Amino acid sequence: MAHATTTAAPETRKGPKLPVLEREKLILSGRSYHWITERICGIVENKQPAIWWMMFIPSALIALIGVVGGLSILVSTGVGVWGMTNTVFWGWDITNFVFWIGIGHAGTLISAILFLTRQNWRTSINRAAEAMTIFAVCCAGIFPAFHVGRVWFAWFLAPVPNANAVWQNFKSPLLWDVFAVSTYFTISLIFWYLGMVPDLATIRDRCKPGLRKLLYGIFSLGWRGGNRQWSHYEMAYLLLASLSTPLVLSVHSVVSFDFATSVVPGWHTTIFPPYFVAGAIFGGFAMVLTIMIPARFIYGLQDMITMKHIDNMAKIILMTGTIVGYAYLMELFVAFYSGAMYESAAFKYRLTGPYWWAYAAMMTCNVLSPQVFWLKWCRENLWVVMTVCMFVNVGMWFERFVIICTTLSRMFLPGDWGYYTASPVEIMLFVGTIGMFLALFLLFLRFLPCINIAEVKWTLLESDPHFDDHHDHPDHGVKREAAYQHELTSKA
Amino acid sequence: MSTTRKRVYGYLAEFKSASALYKAAEKVRDAGFRKWDCYSSYPIHGLDKAMGMKRSILPWFVFFGGITGTCTAFTLAYSTQVVLYPTVVQAKPANIFTVPAFFPIMFELTILFSGFTVLFGLLALMKLPRLNHPLFASRQFHRATDDGFFIAVEARDAKFSPEGTRSFLETIGGSSIELVEEEES
Repeated sequence: MAHATTTAAPETRKGPKLPVLEREKLILSGRSYHWITERICGIVENKQPAIWWMMFIPSALIALIGVVGGLSILVSTGVGVWGMTNTVFWGWDITNFVFWIGIGHAGTLISAILFLTRQNWRTSINRAAEAMTIFAVCCAGIFPAFHVGRVWFAWFLAPVPNANAVWQNFKSPLLWDVFAVSTYFTISLIFWYLGMVPDLATIRDRCKPGLRKLLYGIFSLGWRGGNRQWSHYEMAYLLLASLSTPLVLSVHSVVSFDFATSVVPGWHTTIFPPYFVAGAIFGGFAMVLTIMIPARFIYGLQDMITMKHIDNMAKIILMTGTIVGYAYLMELFVAFYSGAMYESAAFKYRLTGPYWWAYAAMMTCNVLSPQVFWLKWCRENLWVVMTVCMFVNVGMWFERFVIICTTLSRMFLPGDWGYYTASPVEIMLFVGTIGMFLALFLLFLRFLPCINIAEVKWTLLESDPHFDDHHDHPDHGVKREAAYQHELTSKA
Repeated sequence: MSTTRKRVYGYLAEFKSASALYKAAEKVRDAGFRKWDCYSSYPIHGLDKAMGMKRSILPWFVFFGGITGTCTAFTLAYSTQVVLYPTVVQAKPANIFTVPAFFPIMFELTILFSGFTVLFGLLALMKLPRLNHPLFASRQFHRATDDGFFIAVEARDAKFSPEGTRSFLETIGGSSIELVEEEES
């Protein structure tokens, strides 16, 4: 266990004692275990602030009109209500699918990859990021399911015997995608739920007897927090993290295979899998910040989601944004350097064709805007961080639009060339999924512990079983908080 | 008069910090108790050793779960694509050389089956779900999921004695020692 307690380097046998920078604390103000429990469970137990309702009601309405309404029109009329025309047979729907799936990737990255690399700062944000993953995959799943046209036949995707006696084509990347996305959703759900069991037990133990206690009791499975449970639990968590890590890399790789294994110019490139994965993490982190910065303010979580966390995430956005920028430029370079006529024509069309505005929006939002994070001031100013994240959210949507719609609107046959615009139903559906995503996330904040209580407690210094051996105050948590409260009152 | 009889579950003692719990756990282990557990609101690293516990056997389950997934995917893909309904798409072969195209799905099902094995294996090893437990009758045990550190020694343990265990828990630093009873139906 890597605890950030070191203030001085261990004295080497010879040589001077070197000063070591103290690590920034992950939980500020010397909060105690009980304070953490109170603050996180309080969100679930207390009445929601007015702003929660002000956000939830519009989101739910948008979801209702957009998703339920849009899908009703689609199913009752036919898939023709979407604006897809000849050759542009993948329009906003697949753009939205790739967009939402990508959003989900940051959640798994935070919960799995940062866990394996022992980045303890992940504990404050992993729960919300995992929830975001689940909801984003829910939004994503709508699009390909309804894109099949007659949605009541969507079960043909599953490898079960059917009356046609035709089996799915296991050589097709589209079927790989079915398996990848459904596995991703299932594993993310298991990971999210298992991670939540101890925290649900915390809420259960604070409830008065009644329906709430019964429900939290059922979902916490009778968790008792004994070390004989924790021991297996920790192992399960490690296993799920190590399973999710290759999984998350595979999911967006498989999504990119949908494009890369085709022979369409602009799609048929080997750079796609790493480029898609980096882009997914990039867009996902922007979305985590977009929803966590307001939540942090509304619920007063500044001591747990500190500026350090935001700073780290901004740096990851900068890094992945730069990787994405490299991929964009490399695509252009390869198109030019390969000398392949169709490839270079496709990229020339992207840059200067009628969709140049989408390409420009993508470049500005994804490559240029995150570069401000080189400056510390920009990473510390939440307005700047929020603005850049909004830019990235928009830019990542445009990236998929550019890849999918621009490419399809001009393929090999000039007779098929056209200009694609989305129909009102497509726009409704996309806006509807944004509402659905927000509404689901707000419900999550309302009913489930939005920060991993057990893991946040684990990052406190006194959680180290050898802490008392090095420190004089066995009940320092209480003392430190008392001192902090005293300091606050004396300042006031 | 109540007719319910009560059976002793064991003693529950509180400790003031993770360090105190850790030291006490070593002493309970050395005293030779077997049916006991340490309760805390977060996993205390190193406590497995202090309690004399072995490493979890869950990875073994998951290994075989994963293998099952790989084999399932291979069988599914190979039998349908090569044996039952060979489809020739884009002039790709429908024989043993098709197998590389099955790798993505073999990988995904390996992960899927492993994930389910983690879930159900974990529940089996933790003996959950079990919604009722004698410890939930305790006055103070609800703090185990908040900020309490507890050790519970069960009456089933061969070394358990009503007086001796109580004084033993006191000597190792336990406070608010409570006799936990369960209702016998």
